[in-house]
Amino acid sequence: MIRVAGIRKTYGRTVAVDDVSFDVYAGEIFGLIGPNGAGKTTTMECVEGLRAPDAGTISVLGLNPRRDVYQLQDRIGVQLQEAQLQKRIKVREAVDLWASLYRKPVEPGRLIEQLGLLDKRDAWFMTLSGGQKQRLFIALALINDPELVFLDELTTGLDPQARRAIWELVRGIRHRGKTVFLTTHLMEEAERLCDRVAILDHGRIVDVGTPSELVRRHCPERTVIVGTGEPSAAERFRAIPHVLSVAEDGTSIVIAGAGDDLVTRVIQAVATHGIAVTSFRTEAPTLEDVFLKLTGHAIRD
Amino acid sequence: MLRGLLTLTWLEIKIFVREPLGVFGTVAVPVLIFVLFGRLFGPRMRGSVPVPRFVSADLPIFASILIVLGAVMSVVTVVAIYREGGILKRLRATPLRPYTILLAHVAVKLGFVLLTLGLMVLAGRRYYPIGADVPWLSFTLALLFTTICLISLGFVLASLVPTARFAQPLGTLVFYPMLGLCGLFVPIAALPSPLQMAAKLLPLTYCVSLLRGIWQGEGWFAHLGDVGALLLVLVGASALSVRLFRWE
Repeated sequence: MIRVAGIRKTYGRTVAVDDVSFDVYAGEIFGLIGPNGAGKTTTMECVEGLRAPDAGTISVLGLNPRRDVYQLQDRIGVQLQEAQLQKRIKVREAVDLWASLYRKPVEPGRLIEQLGLLDKRDAWFMTLSGGQKQRLFIALALINDPELVFLDELTTGLDPQARRAIWELVRGIRHRGKTVFLTTHLMEEAERLCDRVAILDHGRIVDVGTPSELVRRHCPERTVIVGTGEPSAAERFRAIPHVLSVAEDGTSIVIAGAGDDLVTRVIQAVATHGIAVTSFRTEAPTLEDVFLKLTGHAIRD
Repeated sequence: MLRGLLTLTWLEIKIFVREPLGVFGTVAVPVLIFVLFGRLFGPRMRGSVPVPRFVSADLPIFASILIVLGAVMSVVTVVAIYREGGILKRLRATPLRPYTILLAHVAVKLGFVLLTLGLMVLAGRRYYPIGADVPWLSFTLALLFTTICLISLGFVLASLVPTARFAQPLGTLVFYPMLGLCGLFVPIAALPSPLQMAAKLLPLTYCVSLLRGIWQGEGWFAHLGDVGALLLVLVGASALSVRLFRWE
């Protein structure tokens, strides 16, 4: 669907995007993740044809986004970061306007209904909540029944409930056979929504893969926290293969180790030695940990 | 893309009308001021109050120029606001051609210039009955032409203003001083020669000369120089805006 090869974009002396390459496949939700200022929006706007990269090549649906921009715009849907509409435009008017601009628009009324904006269709843009505005922008991105949808920082500034509702909508877009390319600085969003992600930091791609692949590759450690008062328990846990460390504080024991079967082995040890356990919980590393490990800084810096 | 232009223009008109204060300022205020002037200095009062020359002879021109300048400033402000809000960028990421987005605003402003002037003519009938000898069609064309030329200058300004907050003050600073030298208040021939030179460099001078001449029935041929100068402004300013204009 998208092939990006070695693109570079500088603003004055600042290098915004540096030798970035990745592919987006049909039918997946692909996420470009990284902190604010990492170059996510610049990269995405180059792919959309809104910006020209200084170097490198981009192919979207087999088209060149700069040269074939009008052809491409008919086949893609775009939601831009922090975009606004006219303060006093009505929801219905905006969707109708967009519908009039494309060759084969979907039925505006049905789209408004699908995105849950039916009772807001005569409301002015300025009176909508953040979540409603984003749903309207998703509607505008879907009006031409695009093959490929771009979503830039879709849920930034929304409350958790609105965010979850938007995630459902995005999954619905994929379900209808479309490809989604999104950017986010929320690792939870990437983890829950994306089939594959590319981690971007300071304008460079650090790694690409499915969220679980990346976690396994870079943060294979698992942690099991067992609540127990038995003094001999720590010794038993230390004997488990691949255990890296065991720490005890009197009421619970924290066991860290590598591999997916760590949890199984701990449970086996508990059963074999008849250790009395009051609580049991596991902690798996997340994309957030992967990011920290790969870049040496937290994403919110 | 004509359909896109028409849809967008119609939509922008509706959106504009939804802001009551904007409509009041654009349409009602000029008409009210005109009526007020009419009551103070109208033909029936003539003799009792000393009438400034520009009121007795140039009122239609003065009114037109003020309305046109209002429209130009409003284009500068709207474009700056739309850019700051990311509206221009969002519209550009559609099959709309970029110039269509800007042309829609020009069309809206032209429409309101004509509407305001039409209302003014109606409201002023009692005080300034317009003679049958005024070439209406020519004057309307001249007015539209002047407006387009000045709006092209407005786009240069709109390209330069950093934020929407600066749009209005900068526009005022650029356009209103031109009023003093454009020949409306003081005949250009009566100005000291350095100021005469300055007046000849200002586009507004040619607007006033053209509008006044057409109003007085002198015809287009007598004012080819003005038309030429304004065309030069139009082409130059448009070329400059194409280079300078920022969408975000």
